[in-house]
Amino acid sequence: MDRAQLLSEVQDIFRDNFDDDTIVLTDATYAADIEDWDSLEQINLLTAIEKKYGLKFKLADVKNLQNIGDMLDLLQRMMG
Amino acid sequence: MNLLQYPFNSAHILQKKRALKKELAAREGLLEKKIAIVSGSTVGDFKNILELFLLNAGIRPTFWEGEYGLFYEEVVFDDGSLAAFAPDVLYIHTSSRNLRHWPTPAHSAADVQAGQDDEFARFEAVWQAAKKLGCPIVQNNFEAPTFRNFGNMDAWDARGRTHYVNTLNARFAAAAAATPGLYLHDLAYLAAQHGVRAFSDDMAWYGYKYACAPAFIPDWCHSLAGLIKSFFGLSKKGVVADLDNTLWGGVIGEEGPDGIEVGEESPAGMAYAAFQGYLKMLAQRGILLAAASKNDAAIAEEGLARTDNLLHRDDFLAFEVHWEPKSQSVARIAQSLNIGADSLVFVDDNPAEREEVHRALPGVETPPVAAPEDSIPLLDGGGWFEVSALSADDLARGAMYRENARRQALEAIATDYTGYLQSLQMQADIGPVTPGTLERVTQLVNKTNQFNPTTRRYTAAEVEALMHDPACITLAGRLADKFGDNGLTSVIFGRITGAVLDIELWVMSCRVLKRQFEQAMFDTLVAEAKKRGVATINGTWRPTAKNLMVRDLYATIGFSLTAETPEARHFTYPIPAGYTPQNTVIEVNTPHG
Repeated sequence: MDRAQLLSEVQDIFRDNFDDDTIVLTDATYAADIEDWDSLEQINLLTAIEKKYGLKFKLADVKNLQNIGDMLDLLQRMMG
Repeated sequence: MNLLQYPFNSAHILQKKRALKKELAAREGLLEKKIAIVSGSTVGDFKNILELFLLNAGIRPTFWEGEYGLFYEEVVFDDGSLAAFAPDVLYIHTSSRNLRHWPTPAHSAADVQAGQDDEFARFEAVWQAAKKLGCPIVQNNFEAPTFRNFGNMDAWDARGRTHYVNTLNARFAAAAAATPGLYLHDLAYLAAQHGVRAFSDDMAWYGYKYACAPAFIPDWCHSLAGLIKSFFGLSKKGVVADLDNTLWGGVIGEEGPDGIEVGEESPAGMAYAAFQGYLKMLAQRGILLAAASKNDAAIAEEGLARTDNLLHRDDFLAFEVHWEPKSQSVARIAQSLNIGADSLVFVDDNPAEREEVHRALPGVETPPVAAPEDSIPLLDGGGWFEVSALSADDLARGAMYRENARRQALEAIATDYTGYLQSLQMQADIGPVTPGTLERVTQLVNKTNQFNPTTRRYTAAEVEALMHDPACITLAGRLADKFGDNGLTSVIFGRITGAVLDIELWVMSCRVLKRQFEQAMFDTLVAEAKKRGVATINGTWRPTAKNLMVRDLYATIGFSLTAETPEARHFTYPIPAGYTPQNTVIEVNTPHG
């Protein structure tokens, strides 16, 4: 999938999850940039992304996610 | 659309939890309850989603959350903070992930037993220590293990993990049955329902120390909220069922009593009969059953007379079968059963009828029944009829309501009301609360909303404390008449300070209204109060959404209004020297007085 398209869809998931339509994601967005994005919310975001794309992450997949760019890389890899 | 209404979409709830919280937290008139969670795994969203389901049910929870994994330490060695929080419910969030003595092939049967004894003792110590909190304790049992070292033999060999969980669950069940105030949350069933491999996701455990995959947190919390609701009288009390294509297949007005599909002759017939059997079992444990159908009553009765039905006309305590709108039928049923319409679940295969009822009476649950084989899972999964204890009165409730209908028929033909009351030959037993009545008293206190001037709720432990408190008067009354026993239907708690008695609680079941039973209770209270040197009795009415009917209770039995604010009306009653009993129609026995 086109990376811009993917970014926009992931952004929608974030907006929904944090109930905040002002969230704008870039490849360089880190957890610290969004209030309430803690380790527990990370789980919810991953669960929502799994659901959206019909994927199942492995422990190793999510271990080194530092920012949105990492997440998009992972998704692109998994969706081939 | 309410995202929390069963059957719900778990992913939507998880994603929309913030928006839902905002919307629900703005509601008013919610019951404030304090819930302590101690755990063996991550609490995280369990708390947030449980909060949503409770808010949706009319409970505003305040939480106390223990530290990760310290469920044993925080209860057994409470540093005082748990007790100071004074929870209304203690929830022990544990699962098979917290078991410490899993058997291995290297163990002997005796080793396994010793390990399980130690395991059980650890939880038992938590329950013992939690007793001092005086609130219901909710304990999860254990889900099946995620793997089976012995394969199928795991289920029966003493060294099997499956065997270990099953036998431990049996011990937990026995403990819950024997321990007042201890309630099991059936995690074993919940996990089985969703498939234990998906439910007890290893990734969720290794990655986040969650006891289940995050996707199932809403299912878990919904199940738990159902149990918690039952403690506070918020379970549904009745089912209103449509007939055509809900309890049998086909339209009886078109096809005639012989044309409808029910019974062993066809697959759908069997499914309808099974659903009838399910409703009958609900009725047998005290859920009130009524019918609302657009039909001619005579032909509907002919249909119900068919022997291959499991439900017959007599099983329905109210029978609204005519062509009026169903919302009116449901409202009339609620009125005739003396319960709020929001205590009803309406079961109808027609979405238009469900919508009409939902619009007129938004508190009524309207599960989307359609195919007959899906009706039982839908009603069962909703958790609307959760019950935390069953009293003898629950089991006899249907009979009591039928007797009531006969009384009303007599009342309708009697011209003189006092003459009618005398003809009932009423007998009451009114005395202090005893260990034998404690459970029913607690149940009545917590589920009565209408005849309840103060709407204070008490746990069984608190009621027990009042029984032994010399400064308190407790009265529990049962009323019988020539048609049958109405059971234990009224309770008063009073507290004496000097020569003044304050009525802290007075509840009465609406099925014995207008029988002079409240007068009989009050007469007994006055007699008991005089024995204890009381000169004045005070009563208070605190308005709620449901207790308008007792706004003037105290005035009608001779109290004077002394103060009135938006929050309360205060009344007082100086006991006259020559008190004349107000009840003139009930013969009262005071078994322990």
